[in-house]
Amino acid sequence: MTNRTMIGAIGVSVAAALAAAAPALAKDAVSIAVPAFLSGPAAGPFGVPARNGAEMVIDAINAGKLPAPYDSKGFAGATVNVEFVDESGGNTKQVAEYRNLIQKRNVDAVIGYISSGSCAALAPVVEELKTLTVFAVCGTPRVFEDGERQYIFRTMSHATADNVAAAHYIKDMFPAVKSYTGINQNYAWGQDSWRDFELSMKVLMPDAAQSDKVQFPKIFAGQYGSEISALSLDAAELVHSSFWDGDLEGFIFQATPRGLFKQKKVILTVGGTAAYRLGKKMPDGVILGARGPYGILVRDRKTALNEWFIKTYFDRYGTYPSGPAYQYAQAVLATKIAYDKAAAAAGGFPTQDQVIASFKGMEFESFSTTVKLALAGGHQAITENVYGITKWNADDAEPGVTDVKFYPAECVMPPDGVNSVDWITKGMPGAKC
Amino acid sequence: MNLLLTILVEGLGYASYLFIVSLGLTVIFGVLKILNVAHGAFYAWGAYLCAFLIGEFSTMGVSDLGTMVAIPIAALIVGLILGSAIERTIIKNLYGRDEVLIVLATFGLFLVLEDVILLVFGVDPYFAYQPTYAMPGVQIGGIHQDGYKLSMIVVSLVIGLISWAVLNRTHWGKLVTAIIYDSELAVAMGINVPRVFYTVFVAGAVLGALGGAYIAPTISVAPGFGVEVIVLSFAVVVIGGLGSIPGAAIGALLVGMLRAYAVLQWPEIELFVVYAVMAAVLIFRPEGLFAPAKARKI
Repeated sequence: MTNRTMIGAIGVSVAAALAAAAPALAKDAVSIAVPAFLSGPAAGPFGVPARNGAEMVIDAINAGKLPAPYDSKGFAGATVNVEFVDESGGNTKQVAEYRNLIQKRNVDAVIGYISSGSCAALAPVVEELKTLTVFAVCGTPRVFEDGERQYIFRTMSHATADNVAAAHYIKDMFPAVKSYTGINQNYAWGQDSWRDFELSMKVLMPDAAQSDKVQFPKIFAGQYGSEISALSLDAAELVHSSFWDGDLEGFIFQATPRGLFKQKKVILTVGGTAAYRLGKKMPDGVILGARGPYGILVRDRKTALNEWFIKTYFDRYGTYPSGPAYQYAQAVLATKIAYDKAAAAAGGFPTQDQVIASFKGMEFESFSTTVKLALAGGHQAITENVYGITKWNADDAEPGVTDVKFYPAECVMPPDGVNSVDWITKGMPGAKC
Repeated sequence: MNLLLTILVEGLGYASYLFIVSLGLTVIFGVLKILNVAHGAFYAWGAYLCAFLIGEFSTMGVSDLGTMVAIPIAALIVGLILGSAIERTIIKNLYGRDEVLIVLATFGLFLVLEDVILLVFGVDPYFAYQPTYAMPGVQIGGIHQDGYKLSMIVVSLVIGLISWAVLNRTHWGKLVTAIIYDSELAVAMGINVPRVFYTVFVAGAVLGALGGAYIAPTISVAPGFGVEVIVLSFAVVVIGGLGSIPGAAIGALLVGMLRAYAVLQWPEIELFVVYAVMAAVLIFRPEGLFAPAKARKI
């Protein structure tokens, strides 16, 4: 090795060591990508409100106009430049698009993803490419239960919470229910949701019988005439469904004229996304969840952050925010808090490792609830969960909910390090309800 | 008994919807020898336009039941304008070409038309529930059936009978039949084959759009939903025999009834049953159950 190359090598090593050890120089802008369904059947009920929620909060962050204590500008002072990406097209496309975002477009972080399929496919790729990625909505517990993750965070509870809370709600509000069935989409989300609900019912209401004609139509099937007939003929009193996107709305349109919602108690774990969109066509008496304390179920929650969120969203988009708007906004807010905390600790603009370190195990007040990153080594959030019953508000001519019940996060999510199926099967030990 | 009645009604309901869409597909193939993958786009365009028109009519004060007039209007507009334009610009250049080329070209067309839907109607789903909610239902087999689905069974029956009558009882039908059997000979006999091709393609497009328009009030009309129906329609016409109208009817009935039985009695096999039937037919009768006899040229 010549003297010149040796000096060069030493120089590079010193620079690399300094870069790893010290905070990065002040940065003017942080570049993030926000994937959501911008086309396809999930765009209207999920992707568009999700995009709107993220866009509104990012604009407020850049302008320093979020309510206190989040009224500092940007992510650690840096302006947030956002690129919205379409999540539709399948998992293979999402993986390719993610690689493109990280390796060619050099984004600093990715915040979003709605489908469990997207998140399950991307988890190993995120770890390979080592870039901060915050899953905003996707519900499958497998993301963290299938392996240890360093670069992924999820800022809302996973699907187990929705279905354990659903079973608690049935037990609390309809203890006389003697039998139940379900209609869920035939892929990871629908199957996981039904499994968690079924297991929870066996623990919480062991005397209630499960139907042997549980329905699993294909996702985006569109036509549910036969399934509605099967549910109508079934002796089960309660119908569980984790339908979402256009499937949920199509099912409601087809089941309402046939009287299914009057004949049976129906619990829709993601029904909150349809409430504002369907308006008066949302039948009364449906048990409604929103995958946590979001959307119509927290409409009356009087906190400064929630009131700001609802008013600003309504003024800007002409409708009330549904669950996905809250959930994407929450993921963006979590990332801002992690950057700000990391910058404060580092005394300058933080490195990605410092942001991740401050993200781990964080607890913060979000727009509608308290979020604790309590599971999976501080990478998986837990929040309270909530259900209510739809009731058209004739006075204000808008949808409403009654009999709203909240369940603490520690009641509906397993403890850290415990697999959700094992936890439910063993009778939910340690649950604090 | 209740179960049997329910399977019958659900099977007929699903079959009628499939039959309307498959009929256009099979007629176009039977006459033009074009396997039109873009047929799903006519279905989607019909549904979108119908949902849009129902919304507009409702805003104008038309009664909920009265908004059903949007269904034929949407089907005719899509078939006559979009179908005509596509036949004149693209399809007519594909007549007599290699089958693979035709499938690729119509598949490309399908993708383009799906994206144009996004440009015209946006990504937000359309709701057009008015006719479904307005039509009174009836109790059949111990459960409530909506009147709208029953009306679809009647409409598909009428369409099937009209198609049969046109092909078998009219001069124009005889021209079409002659072309189906031998288009070269038909030309030699003085039949204006390009004109018949054009008319049949537009009629097929109207039928595809009618299927979409009729189904629109029962679903959330959202981007990408034309893909599902084209796959099912192919299964129906493959079972019945490509190019056969009775085949499309029997194929649709078979698929509808088996699917209804599976959902009501054996939900685990519902996804599998349609394609299992298709595979069985392809193994034992590759030309389909009712494929038209082919004239042997000497």
